[in-house]
Amino acid sequence: MSASSNSGAFRIKGAGRHTPARTARFTFDGKSYTALEGDTVASALLAHGVHLLGRSFKYHRPRGILTAGPEEPNALLDVSRDAARRQPNVRATVQEVFDGAKIASQNRWPSLRYDIGAVNDVLAPFFAAGFYYKTFMWPKEAWHKIYEPIIRRSAGLGVSPTEDDPDHYASRYVHCDVLIAGAGVAGLTAALSTASTGKKIILVDEQPEVGGALHYDTSTTIDGQNGYDWAQATVAKLKAMPNVTVLTRTTVFGYYNHGFLGLVERVTDHVAKPSKDAPRERLWQVRTKKVILATGSIERHMVFANNDRPGIMLASAARTFLNHHGVAVGRNVGVYAAHDSAYEAAFDLKRAGVSIAAIIDNRDKPGEAVLAEARALGIDVLTGHSVVDTAGRLRINSMTVARNGNFDRRKIKVDALIVSAGWTPSVHLFSQSRGKLKFDDANQRFVPDIYAQNAVSVGACNGTDDLAELIDEAISAGGGRLALSGETRFEWTGGMIGATEGAGPDHAVKAFVDFQHDVTAKDIRLAVREGMHSIEHIKRFTTNGMASDQGKLSNMHGLAIASEMLGRPIPQVGLTTFRAPYTPVTYGTLINHSRGDLFDPARKTPMHALEEAAGAEFEDVGNWKRAWYFPKRGEDMHAAVNRECKTVRDVAGVFDASTLGKIEVVGPDAAAFLNLLYTNAWDTLKPGKCRYGIMTREDGFIYDDGVVGRLAEDRFHVTTTTGGAPRVLNHMEDYLQTEFPHLKVWLTSTTEQWAVIAVQGPKAREIIEPFVEGQDLSNEAFPHMSVAECTVMGVPARLFRVSFTGEVGYEINVPADFGQSVWKAIWERAEGMGACLYGTETMHILRAEKGYLIVGQDTDGTVTPDDAGYGWAVSKKKTDFVGIRGLKRPDLVREGRKQLVGLLTRDPKEVLEEGGQIVADPNQPKPMTMLGHVTSSYWSENLGRSIAIALVAGGRSRMGETLYVPMADKTIVVEVTDMVFFDKEGGRING
Amino acid sequence: MLLIHCPYCEEDRSELEFRWAGEAHVVRPENIAAISDEEFAEFFFLRNNEKGLTYERWRHIHGCGRFFNAARDTVSDRFLMAYKAGLPKQPVPVAEKFAAIAEEKSVETWEQTEGDAR
Amino acid sequence: MAEIALRTPVALGHHGSQNAMLSQAAPATRISLRVRSEDVSALSSALGVDLPVKPKTSTYANGRTALWLGPDEWLVIDEGESGLMTAAANSGALHSATDVSHRNTAIIVSGPGAAAAINAGCAQDLSLDVFPVGACSRTLLGKVEIVLLRTAEDAFRVEVWRSFSDYAFGLLAEGARDAAL
Repeated sequence: MSASSNSGAFRIKGAGRHTPARTARFTFDGKSYTALEGDTVASALLAHGVHLLGRSFKYHRPRGILTAGPEEPNALLDVSRDAARRQPNVRATVQEVFDGAKIASQNRWPSLRYDIGAVNDVLAPFFAAGFYYKTFMWPKEAWHKIYEPIIRRSAGLGVSPTEDDPDHYASRYVHCDVLIAGAGVAGLTAALSTASTGKKIILVDEQPEVGGALHYDTSTTIDGQNGYDWAQATVAKLKAMPNVTVLTRTTVFGYYNHGFLGLVERVTDHVAKPSKDAPRERLWQVRTKKVILATGSIERHMVFANNDRPGIMLASAARTFLNHHGVAVGRNVGVYAAHDSAYEAAFDLKRAGVSIAAIIDNRDKPGEAVLAEARALGIDVLTGHSVVDTAGRLRINSMTVARNGNFDRRKIKVDALIVSAGWTPSVHLFSQSRGKLKFDDANQRFVPDIYAQNAVSVGACNGTDDLAELIDEAISAGGGRLALSGETRFEWTGGMIGATEGAGPDHAVKAFVDFQHDVTAKDIRLAVREGMHSIEHIKRFTTNGMASDQGKLSNMHGLAIASEMLGRPIPQVGLTTFRAPYTPVTYGTLINHSRGDLFDPARKTPMHALEEAAGAEFEDVGNWKRAWYFPKRGEDMHAAVNRECKTVRDVAGVFDASTLGKIEVVGPDAAAFLNLLYTNAWDTLKPGKCRYGIMTREDGFIYDDGVVGRLAEDRFHVTTTTGGAPRVLNHMEDYLQTEFPHLKVWLTSTTEQWAVIAVQGPKAREIIEPFVEGQDLSNEAFPHMSVAECTVMGVPARLFRVSFTGEVGYEINVPADFGQSVWKAIWERAEGMGACLYGTETMHILRAEKGYLIVGQDTDGTVTPDDAGYGWAVSKKKTDFVGIRGLKRPDLVREGRKQLVGLLTRDPKEVLEEGGQIVADPNQPKPMTMLGHVTSSYWSENLGRSIAIALVAGGRSRMGETLYVPMADKTIVVEVTDMVFFDKEGGRING
Repeated sequence: MLLIHCPYCEEDRSELEFRWAGEAHVVRPENIAAISDEEFAEFFFLRNNEKGLTYERWRHIHGCGRFFNAARDTVSDRFLMAYKAGLPKQPVPVAEKFAAIAEEKSVETWEQTEGDAR
Repeated sequence: MAEIALRTPVALGHHGSQNAMLSQAAPATRISLRVRSEDVSALSSALGVDLPVKPKTSTYANGRTALWLGPDEWLVIDEGESGLMTAAANSGALHSATDVSHRNTAIIVSGPGAAAAINAGCAQDLSLDVFPVGACSRTLLGKVEIVLLRTAEDAFRVEVWRSFSDYAFGLLAEGARDAAL
């Protein structure tokens, strides 16, 4: 056999643009086939006479290939490279064959030819529009257990892969002056014109080669050259220009606000052995000053009974398969049309040696030129006729034809039927850009009317049919000067939308409007009869246009049928909204680099590696990885934390506090500014001293807290909670820039400038003393709540005497790069003295033993300083601070507000659950009156019992009261106490 | 994604660099401690949330860090102008306003496309 | 005093492709400088580098680069261990200077694909006419904030907070891989 016959019995010698010697092998449902390079899966299978490609969504009807492009609703396949690289729902008309591709049909069992689900087709009367809504209403429980699993198994499309996607996806932001969507005659001409002005342009086309309709349209010549050849020569010229970027195999899937467009470039899906560095797809996020839309038009099918059999396809598709791929879609082809363009398909096929059974034209008057040509070629033309039925189980074998208005029928044998109802301008991107369409009544189509962005539509997507006019339009859209002439053999006329006679009106026939969702003309009529009068309701009731092809073929037909039923003209029925993406986009492309390590930044402190080496378990706090606890060999978390808690209070502990937010507040008005932002008074704080501060929002609720150290008259070192750092800085900047701009003060984030090593415990001073120079650490010279700039291990440092444990405590701030070195030295000495490393869990417990608050854990955005027991931190003397007025609101000063208190369980071994609800009487009828909830709860090894903090209504007036925490299996008895559980006198902190 | 003009950077930048910061020209009373509950509610809780032309605050948080004010048509998402914080409410230039109204009409809103679905 | 602390900067290493190389910049001294317009010239003379007042521009003199970040905000980078804080303090003019030498680290992206590599995660227009040599801007790279400075037609300095540098480096490495194609 010759190479060409290898690649399929339906290859036509001399037709098509592929090289017969360049072949690729692939399998379809396990059977091996040879394709030619440049074939789509659709053209390759058709070359072998394979028309049956899948089963339909709802009725499991045999389906084939309807189109030759991205609008394909039927031929969805499962394409895989290997076990992990498998993609369901791939359009056979878009996927290029690559050597080694494994392709499988979907939605069939046990096989494509014998599919049990096809019983749905027989049961079809039960599956009419709205079926799900009406049938599965009751009983409610049955939905999840019975109906949904069955429906999910029997309906639906492909199966998603279960393995992680091993491919990677790239992303690129790019800017240009003009983006041109579509590289057919109009797009290429506009590109030539624009490029000649020197503007930076991006020309995008979704096909592997440019040319658009010139792929099939062989009767158009441009500048005397065959159209397709002109397109290739033109794109080569454009690619050579420095101001032009050409992206093929790239779809403009979204046209968003302000000249922002999303493009997906398919980089390796057509390659047999892709390079490891090549992304599978690349997301282009384009910002452009102007868009030229040259998106062409999409041919519509005819709506008639059993119009969905394999072998029935669009006329332009048949022409593409013949003229571009060199494949005949049959040996004896019927034509059913309401538009002249289908005739040209018949002419091309006839000339290629395919017999044309007949052209059935729904119109009484086809274009004269095509009619004359048909006669000259000896093709039978039946005008004013309809195809009223078809036959053939797995592929069409005949069509039944009747004169319009007449019941006489006759059967004509065919092995393929090509159809055309005319062309729908592709206004998807225009509409996504929020432009408004108008209805062109004469041609029964929507075309762009009012633009919402700087865009212009040219060519078929603008309803411009005449080639000379189209070229002029494209040249002028580009703003350049260009002389270009085009000629085409036939001027096309005709077109219809809606159902033909063969679709009903109300026979029990299936005349498909939407192939992918199995929506028939009857379904749409039923929807109207059942009271759906808005196209939006009709769409949802029938699911017309709601499949992954978004109704590219079906929307206009559906609209026309609804309009006829409603007796309202189409513009009054309206059009459903076009939404991005134009065609499906993979999640891989949308997330591109944001996976694995790049999903989210993992922030690590300067000492992270040392903590890891010391065996730390880490917890996530925002993006930070914080050391949670440091288990020794054989210790579980509980044992490790108990040991750490004991050791800190008995000896000392070393803790990484680097993640604390830090803001440097500098300027002569620094104290005045902090006075306005915190509830406390700051002008009374002397340099060298620290103070615990509470920040409220304007509504009076606690927003953040932290220790603030005054380094100098005009310099404060403010700390915030770990998670609060960015929002606190934003909050401060907001007030500084917009409410208090007269203040001479500036804010700088210094969170990451400093590595912070906290040393806490009775031996803390002894541990750090040898490392500190320039500061006397004695209690007298450096008491609790002091701050000093000094030297630690020869490095300029900020030393804080602060405590979040109730023990003597220091926080050593050194420039981040020195963190590891200082930590190592301090830990070496501390370890020798019997101290421990401790993590955030121990930190939480030790602070709870002292009743110290954690904003965001013990507070929730509805807690005032007084509610938290921190009323002392609110200055009574200040005349203004953020929150001063909010705190006086009636609800914030009323009796009985929830207040933070301590809780001790009657059984000391019982540890409450955080979030547990608190009631006064556990025997009261449900729903019970909730008094509040547990905010913090721990086992305290130091106290040998559990402790808890809770928000309780009127909490401070309930000291000693017994309350209850009802749990699922028991009720826990608790006693209300104050929040300080350990060292109530507070002597330890002063050493 | 919006393209926003920063009056400090004097350049259009992607929305990614900005953070929306609520209605503009809501002034914090100087005597805030003394205002009535009603005045406080007006200042802190109540916003106009107008459809169409609105004045709002933005912060170029991942750029120059500045807060500024902008007039935006919430129907078309068109920015009519942007100006520095501290300036009084700026009138929208007439031409811009007309363009915005025309655009507003051209934009497919929920009322136009899905409104009769009610 | 027992010992002297040693410096351990973030280790990012080298990476990249033939079109876009990534490397880590040497440790530098940096201050975040805030100055009102009337005091700009005083600080300029004190620092020995003219603080640029035009948005998105930088200046370079005496081993120091001053980057305009906002109308009253500059990032001043000194490639040596120089006394930027002291110099600013000696200006005698009202300002705020904060040492951020250790807060940031820097990644150098160079090669003909440098801009494309950065554009993998940065939405700014990096074409030469819009972002010429010397242009600088605070912006976003993926999910983290960076300060971007174009040091040559095909070279950029990416200043990033140290805990975000792993992420930034990783994302730039992906961008560099793609820019090589």
